[in-house]
Amino acid sequence: MSAHQENINYLKARKGFLNWIVTVDHKRIGLMYLASIIFFFIAGGTYAFLFRMELWSPLQGFMTSDTYNHLFTMHGVIMVFLVVVPGIPGALGNFLLPIQLGAKDLAFPKLNITSLYLYWGGATLALFSLTQGRADSGWTFYAPYSLSQNPAVLWMLTAAFILGFSSILTGLNFIVTIHKMRAPGMTWFRLPLFVWALYATGIMQVFATPVLAITLVLLLVENFLHIGIFDPALGGDPIMMQHFFWFYSHPAVYIIVVPAFGVVSELIATFSRKTIFGYKFIAFSSVAITIIGFLVWGHHMFVAGQSDVAVTIFSFLTFFTAVPSAIKVFNWTTTLYQGSIKLTTPMLYALQFLFNFTIGGLTGIILGILSVDIHLHDTYFVVSHFHYVAMGSTMIAFIGGIYYWWPKMTGKMFNETWGRIGAVLVFIGFNVTFFVQLIMGSQGSPRRYYHYLDQFQIYHQISTVGVVILALGLFTALFNLLISLRTGATAPQNPWGARTLEWTHAATPPVLYNFTETPIVTEGPYDYPVEKV
Amino acid sequence: MNSMETTKTFWLPDQASTFAGRVDWAFDLFLWISTFFFVLVVGLIALFVIKHRRRRPDQMASGQMAHNTMLETTWTVVPLLIVMGLFFIGMRGWWHMRIAPSNSIAIDVVGMKWKWTFNYMQGFSNDTLVVPVHQPVRLRITSTDVIHSFYIPNFRTKVDAVPGRYQALWFEATKTGVFPVLCTQYCGTSHSYMITAVKVVERAEYDTWLSDAASASGGDVAPDAFGATVYSKRGCNACHTVDGSAGIGPTWKGIWDHHVKLADGSTVEVNAAYIKQSVQDPTSQVVEGFPPIMPSYKGILSDREIEAVTAYIQTLK
Repeated sequence: MSAHQENINYLKARKGFLNWIVTVDHKRIGLMYLASIIFFFIAGGTYAFLFRMELWSPLQGFMTSDTYNHLFTMHGVIMVFLVVVPGIPGALGNFLLPIQLGAKDLAFPKLNITSLYLYWGGATLALFSLTQGRADSGWTFYAPYSLSQNPAVLWMLTAAFILGFSSILTGLNFIVTIHKMRAPGMTWFRLPLFVWALYATGIMQVFATPVLAITLVLLLVENFLHIGIFDPALGGDPIMMQHFFWFYSHPAVYIIVVPAFGVVSELIATFSRKTIFGYKFIAFSSVAITIIGFLVWGHHMFVAGQSDVAVTIFSFLTFFTAVPSAIKVFNWTTTLYQGSIKLTTPMLYALQFLFNFTIGGLTGIILGILSVDIHLHDTYFVVSHFHYVAMGSTMIAFIGGIYYWWPKMTGKMFNETWGRIGAVLVFIGFNVTFFVQLIMGSQGSPRRYYHYLDQFQIYHQISTVGVVILALGLFTALFNLLISLRTGATAPQNPWGARTLEWTHAATPPVLYNFTETPIVTEGPYDYPVEKV
Repeated sequence: MNSMETTKTFWLPDQASTFAGRVDWAFDLFLWISTFFFVLVVGLIALFVIKHRRRRPDQMASGQMAHNTMLETTWTVVPLLIVMGLFFIGMRGWWHMRIAPSNSIAIDVVGMKWKWTFNYMQGFSNDTLVVPVHQPVRLRITSTDVIHSFYIPNFRTKVDAVPGRYQALWFEATKTGVFPVLCTQYCGTSHSYMITAVKVVERAEYDTWLSDAASASGGDVAPDAFGATVYSKRGCNACHTVDGSAGIGPTWKGIWDHHVKLADGSTVEVNAAYIKQSVQDPTSQVVEGFPPIMPSYKGILSDREIEAVTAYIQTLK
């Protein structure tokens, strides 16, 4: 390859569809993840939109209960396994991690494209399951219900199994890259917090996901060979399945939200021109949450039939996850103090992350209070709590991150006014949809209900109105970005005045190998100057 | 508590058990703590965003505070103390819920797709739960198919019904009335219709109801009449007709003493042994042309109830 080719932007370096499909360039892989994830986010969102419309009335509307059960299952499986788990690491992490480290690519570029193929493979199987019947087990696949002879559920299990490997390989790749590929002078405490977040996420992906894989294999084995593992009719234990499942799926909550912590740290630092308050604490607390996050899975099973001692211990440990999360919120808030704050579109998303994550965190604490959880467990309160985390925090940070790095990825500036309108609509829509679900839940409305008691209709209707506003906001945000590809102004190298390497040292868009010469790092990621008075 | 009084609040449903006061107290306490922290965080964010807004494009921050030991220690220790306090409050409430008083009356509960059955020790079953007020009641709960969850919002209590296991749950109702019983563990097509009621009545009314129900369960009535009650009360009528019309399962009309052809090609005579077998292990002898979907009623219908059903089928000529 000629020197000339190395210095042109990665979007133009090699043309043609085939060059995208077989690329090992982390930036192109990141963009392909981004496109895939947006596609599945729209798909998963459409499922939710449809069943929210049905819930306008407690009576049968335009779908049967079986259809409803199928729709919430598809919504859950797609959103968890195809959107929020791979989302930020797959799209933003792939694109940015090597550039933020000052590296040419990830440690294992071919492994990276393999992760993407596995993601596509799993996604294809999940779609294929639609032709095999209607999966209706919920995303949690609880036995023995999930063992009920429905071939679509089995295909869905296989899809989740394959997607797990995509996640493991991405995590592994990131960990090795962070250890081995940092530019000269890029010490551990000069890493942007986004990198720390991806590091913590990588650890969880590598250690937790195999347990999910094992669980899914055991479910398949039980189904095909009729060996009693989880099914009591065959002598198995359904509670054990839940232990296995949550041993993965609780850390998965942190796999989902910790990358968002990283994105938000970048956004807040850049748009307030401030060094992050308590950098080391935020960095280490991501790792601390990772470790504690492995020890609290039993709090999903307070009424499932664990021993009372186990329940008590799991409740005790759960409260320890609250402390680092609370401190992070205080740190971000304090970072704003004395800053030079500009409410750009990405910053609006960062601030609504803080708003939503505070609610998500506080509702998490109340669910940890044992006596109260007995009442709230498996009600809409829980549904709302995890949407405040997975949607209100993770997806909001993700969208904020896409907006923030959009000029770097595409070389185009987006329309700021429409960006802000979208952000405000999303904020209103999200909170109207989900806040009311907290009330409905504490009033005693169970989740996954097609038919509900009449007294809950007003809450459901408010929630349905919220979802319309939310959809409007999300499409505004999306179209604004897509339109910028055609009409957007050319982005300068560092439109936000940020201090991390992707802005200070890499061209917009970056060249094929990110940097024309390896950067030498001499200062921290948030070393902003103070205003001279 | 006076039944005229309503305790329903913006956040929580009517209180109707001895747990509710404790649970709601913890809920309300944390609601206030949350509101305080939420207003604090959002207020500070709003304050900083307004006060420190960027006025010129090239404006830098007015300070770069990166660290403050006093502040950080405070906001680590205070939340830690709060959550530890919450843990103890929750734990005490939970232990209270776990240990049923020794004077509790016991009732067995069976969950199945998609109904609850309450088996009273007096030897009869009912599809709603009837209990006396101000009396500890201990439920022993299981399921015959998939996992269900037994939830009474007004009592603030819940436990999963797991096949192959028995789980305990107790409560003491504090007011008379009818309260919903819901299934909160997803269990398929009619999960959200798996609703029944707990009827809390005065002690005297309960005693009368109990003796009436016990005698109606076969003590005083002819077996075939009792069988008709079992047929309509225990869900047989969901699939089997008694007038010869088509149903999900075979009709009961005119089958007694006749031979029927089974799915495996063999034939069998409809007699007491066959009926008992079909009730307890339905898929072992499926009638030709019908799907093998009937759940087992083993342990759900007593021998006396099965005999009553047998007597009832004999009358359906």
